[in-house]
Amino acid sequence: MESLTQAIKIVPLNHYILLSAIIFSIGVIGVLIRRNAIVVFMSVELMLNAVNLLLTAFSVYGNDPNGQVFVFFIMALAAAEIAIGLAIIVMVHRNTNSIDVDILNRLKW
Amino acid sequence: MTTLIIIAVLPIVLLYLGLFKANKLLLPVTIIGLLAALGTAIMKWNSYDAPIYHDMMLFDNFSVAFSGITIVSTLLILMLSKGYFEKISHNVAEYFAIILFSLAGIIVMVSYYNLTMLFVGLEIMSVSLYILAGINKKDFASNEASLKYFLMGAFSTGFLLFGIALIYGATHSFNLAAIRDWVTAHPRNMDPLFHTGVVLIIIGLCFKVGAAPFHFWTPDVYEGSPTLITAFMSTVVKTAGFAAFLRLFSVSFISIADFWMPTLMVITVITLFVGNLTALYQHSFKRMLAFSSISHAGYLLFAIVALSAASGNAVFIYATAYSIASIIAFAVLLLVQQQLGSDSFESFNGLGRRNPFLALVLTIAMLSLAGIPLTAGFMGKFFMFYGALSRFQVWLVILAVVNAIISIFYYFRVIIAMYFRSSEQTALEVPGYYQFVLGFSALATLVIGIYPAIVTNLPNLI
Repeated sequence: MESLTQAIKIVPLNHYILLSAIIFSIGVIGVLIRRNAIVVFMSVELMLNAVNLLLTAFSVYGNDPNGQVFVFFIMALAAAEIAIGLAIIVMVHRNTNSIDVDILNRLKW
Repeated sequence: MTTLIIIAVLPIVLLYLGLFKANKLLLPVTIIGLLAALGTAIMKWNSYDAPIYHDMMLFDNFSVAFSGITIVSTLLILMLSKGYFEKISHNVAEYFAIILFSLAGIIVMVSYYNLTMLFVGLEIMSVSLYILAGINKKDFASNEASLKYFLMGAFSTGFLLFGIALIYGATHSFNLAAIRDWVTAHPRNMDPLFHTGVVLIIIGLCFKVGAAPFHFWTPDVYEGSPTLITAFMSTVVKTAGFAAFLRLFSVSFISIADFWMPTLMVITVITLFVGNLTALYQHSFKRMLAFSSISHAGYLLFAIVALSAASGNAVFIYATAYSIASIIAFAVLLLVQQQLGSDSFESFNGLGRRNPFLALVLTIAMLSLAGIPLTAGFMGKFFMFYGALSRFQVWLVILAVVNAIISIFYYFRVIIAMYFRSSEQTALEVPGYYQFVLGFSALATLVIGIYPAIVTNLPNLI
């Protein structure tokens, strides 16, 4: 365990922050520009994983285990969200034969 | 804590009742369980407990007040469900259980004292709501609402989490009190991690409560979801979102108010105008209520913009007034929809003759939502504006009053349709449960409006 935190500390903290910010931005852009519901969903997961990486890095550098526990919470809830999300996408696919988010435009004023 | 345990165990009991095909028992058991939870919550009033479970949760007066109003609203909404879920499918027990799981998340959200619990509570609530929005599996609008809500909800959770992670990086803690201590120890210090984190948390929470410019999912989701679920989302969920918002900002971020207040003030003004102006152009009563809920989110943000010791009470009074009036509106909408199958303004034509009682309570609800004196809505708006004026935000209040006047136009449209338009429709029957809910809510609206001392004499909640 000690060697693991040493290994994490080889990379400076700023690099972790920058990497997470980049991954997070890729996720946000993916949600905004991709039209396939599954890909949008994957982009959301990318955002959550950027957060996980960031929390782990902060946790190691701050010598505080709380951050890593939070990562477990995020993982558990992301798994719950995947279960619900895929079920919703399957339901939409059954009715429309498509998972393109552009088809979601019938509710307009 | 007992409240939370009761509300978490109750859905499991209901699932067993569903398993043994005891569908007649579902509603009575739910009502008894929720009343027990309400009783245990109220017993905690003024007990001045310290945070429990390693400072994870704090059940203080703030938590008791908001648990109380969310439980009562849920109770009223579930009473309207008599005969409603059976039309969708025979899995009635599951629908009850998911609503109550969502309520358990809400109780966590109004009682958290650690950002971990905020996240967990928010997700328990949201994940349940994604399912509830889509329970009408064959209906395309319901599918669309569910998928949209899910994608937008998960997206906004990402922002909230990134904000929490950055704040953790700066303060090395998720505890609200520890974050507050860190902020007071580092005055006048623009920390790039911490301040970016605060902005991201504002974005995430504004998404959840449906404040402009993060509101675009709200009308579609509210319109597409089954009406009963919309009632739940626009009353209970919105109240809980604001309680969570207020707790975080009043405990942790109050000393850097100069930093986030301008942002929130702009969001408030945009929310008010977007909500009210778009509501003017709606043809569907349900969609109009969705936009009106956006504009009420704007009024509720007032309490956070003018953060003071009285903010908790202001949000409580406003949320109470808004919730009970909205429940009336949605209950009448449910009945009209069942008779005519449409939620346009035209389907309310001649309701004054078709059923005078319904027309009367809906009029009271619309007056309360518009903020006319002698109704609860007026007291809510009064305390919001009073709080803002005491912080010398005169322009904000002037803009809000202009918006309140705009809102009268669309709220009165339905009153005009009910009393001055005629229709050939036959009389509308009101079932017993509906009579109780409508009568109780209308009475509460009037009592709070005429004798506001019941709610205004509460001690400061924060």
